[in-house]
Amino acid sequence: MCGGVVHDTNSKRKHREDGSELKKYIIKRLALGIASIFVVATLTFFLMNLVPGGPFVAEKSISKAAQEALEAKYGLDKPLLERYTTYMSDFVKGDMGFSLRQRGRTVSDIIFSKFPVSAGLAGIAVVLALLLGIPLGCISAYNRGKFADNFIIVLATCGIAIPSFISSVLLLYTFGSRLNILPTVGLNTLSSYIMPVTALAIYPTAYITRLMRSSLLDVMGQDYIRTSKAKGVSSFKTLFKHALRNAILPVVTYVGPMLAGLMTGSFVVEKIFTIPGLGREFVSSITNRDYTMIMGTTIVLATLIITANVIVDILYKIIDPRIKLK
Amino acid sequence: MSNKFPSLQLKEEDFLPASAEEKQSLVIMRKSVNFWADGMRRLRKNKIAIVSLFFIIMIIIFAYVLPSFWPYSYEQQIKYSENLAPFEYGRMEQELIDAGESVFPHICGTDKLGRDFAVRLMMGTRISLSVGLVCAALVLLVGATYGAIAGFAGGWTDNIMMRITDILYTIPDILLIIILSMALKPALESLAARPGFGWMQKMGPNLIAIFLVFVLLYWVGMARITRSQVLILKESEYVTAARALGASGGRIVKKHLLTNCIGTLIVTTTLQIPSAIFTESYLSFLGLGVAAPMPSLGSLATDAVKGMNTYPHLLILPAVMISVIILVFNLFGDGLRDAFDPKLKN
Repeated sequence: MCGGVVHDTNSKRKHREDGSELKKYIIKRLALGIASIFVVATLTFFLMNLVPGGPFVAEKSISKAAQEALEAKYGLDKPLLERYTTYMSDFVKGDMGFSLRQRGRTVSDIIFSKFPVSAGLAGIAVVLALLLGIPLGCISAYNRGKFADNFIIVLATCGIAIPSFISSVLLLYTFGSRLNILPTVGLNTLSSYIMPVTALAIYPTAYITRLMRSSLLDVMGQDYIRTSKAKGVSSFKTLFKHALRNAILPVVTYVGPMLAGLMTGSFVVEKIFTIPGLGREFVSSITNRDYTMIMGTTIVLATLIITANVIVDILYKIIDPRIKLK
Repeated sequence: MSNKFPSLQLKEEDFLPASAEEKQSLVIMRKSVNFWADGMRRLRKNKIAIVSLFFIIMIIIFAYVLPSFWPYSYEQQIKYSENLAPFEYGRMEQELIDAGESVFPHICGTDKLGRDFAVRLMMGTRISLSVGLVCAALVLLVGATYGAIAGFAGGWTDNIMMRITDILYTIPDILLIIILSMALKPALESLAARPGFGWMQKMGPNLIAIFLVFVLLYWVGMARITRSQVLILKESEYVTAARALGASGGRIVKKHLLTNCIGTLIVTTTLQIPSAIFTESYLSFLGLGVAAPMPSLGSLATDAVKGMNTYPHLLILPAVMISVIILVFNLFGDGLRDAFDPKLKN
C-alpha cells in the first residue's frame, strides 16, 4: 500500500529500469517528502493560531502588562504572516526557538532530551513486533485451517480491534493495581518497560502476523514454489529459501505505517504510564498552547515518519525488481 | 456416443427441427445470477460475517432503540444513588422498594454523579457508532467524487489532483487530527452561537468538528482507491468488449463500471467505520473528543480510569464495547470484501 509503486505484470518488465530511472524516482519521492513536511509545518502554524487563548493567558498570576511584555519578547504581538516567515526562516537555519512555557529551554534542547526515551520504547516495540509477528504469521500460514492457524488468527484479529489506550489501561489495572507485580509509573527499572512496550507492541504484532500469513499463503501458491517442490527440494528449504524471502516484502512496506502507529500509541501510553517522552510532550504542548513546542514536536515527528516512508519506498523498489516505477 | 469410433451413418431424427422445450433448454442454461445475489450467496456462506452482522444489528438496537424504552435518561442524576455496583439500589430507591414500589434495577450500576450507567453506555455506543457511520458516509461521498473525477478526467487534472493527495497521504494523520480538532472546536462553537446556525447547536459543534476532521484527513485513501478502480475499469477488456458489441455509454457505466466499482467502495466504507470509531475513542482519551454531558465510549472509559481500582466495571464495560464494535465491523468488512470484492483480498 506504499505510495508510488505498483506491481508490474506485463511485458514492460522486460526492459529493466536503468539507474537514471531509479534516480528520478528517488528525487521525486524526496521532493514529495519535503513538500509534505512543508505542508505540515504551514498547516500546523496557522491551525494552532486559530485556537483561542495564548500561552500566557492561562497564568492568572501575571498581570496584563507582564503578559503583553512576554508576548512582545517572544514576538507574539506581530502579525501572523510575519511570525510565520520569521519562524520558517529560523527553522531552515536549524533554530526552533525557545519554549514559551518551559522558560529558558530551547525547543531543540527539550526534544533532544525527550526523544531517546520515546525512541527506546518504540524501538523495543518494533523489535518485539517483528520477532513475534513474523514467526506467528508463518506458523499460521503453514498450518492453514488447522487449530494453530485459527487460534493465532483469532488472537491477531482481537489484537487489531483493541485500541492501545484500552490495552494499556487494562494492563495497568491487572498487573499494576490488582496483582501489584509491575511498576506503574515511569521507566526507572527494567520491569517498568514491560507494560508500556506490551501495550505499544500489541497492534503491530497482530498486524504483522496477519500480513505475514496472507503474504506467505500468496507466495506458497506461486509457480516457483511448485517448481521447487517438484524438483524435490525439502519443504524446510523451500520455505526458507524461496517462500520467506518473497513473503517478507509486504512487512517491509509496513515499517513506515508501523512507526506512525507507534507514535500514535506513544501519546497515550506515555500519558498513562507517566513516561517523560516526546509523545507526552506533544500532547501537553497543545493543551498549554506552547506554540514553539507544538511546531517543533510536530515537525520533528512528521519528518521522522515521512523519512521512514520515503526510505522504505526506495528500499522496496531496490529489493523487489518486480515493482514498476510510477 | 459412447462408441470410440462414431458411426458414419446419420440418423434422421438428429436433423428434425428442435421442439420448443429443447429450444428453451438451450436459451437458459441456468438462471442468470446478478452481482448482488452472487455476493449475498457468498456472504451467507461466511459464518463469521453472519455472526458479526448479527452482533452489529444487536449493537444498533442497543444504541438507537433501547434508550427510548429505558426508564432512566443519560443526563438524569439520581440522588443518593451515586457509585452503585451493578444491581445495587440507592438509599432512596431502597426505601421505595420497601414501600412496595418497583424500581428498575441499575444493571450496570451508576457513576459518580448518580447517573444510570447502562443508559450512558447505550448513549456512548450511539455517539461512537454515529461518528463511525457519518464519517464513513462523508468520506465515501468526498473521496469517491474526487477520485472519480480525477480518474475520468485524466491528463493534467488527474496529475495535479493526485499530487495533492500524495502530499496529504504522506502526512502522519494523527498529528493533524489532534491539532485540527483543537482548532476547529472553538471556531465551530462560536459559529454555532450565531443566529441561523441553531441546527449546529442542536447537533453539538464538537461532534461536527470531529466529522470534519475525519473527512478532511481520511478522504484521501478513498479517493486513491476510487481513482485506481476507475482507471483499471476504463481499460478493462469487458468494457472494450461491451463497446465493441455496441453497448451505449450509459449501459457501460451502469452495468459495468458501477457494478464493478461498488463492491470495492462498499468494502472500503465498511472498513472505514471501525477506524473512525477507533480514532474517536482515542481522541476522547486525550480529551479532544466529544464533550460532556454527551458520552462517547472513549470518554466513558477515560472518565473511569481515575476510579478504576474501586469501580472497575465502569472502565471494563465501555472498553469491551469499543473493542467488540471495532472487532465485529472489521470481521463483517472482511466478509463483505470476500463476498463482493474477491480481487481485493490479499
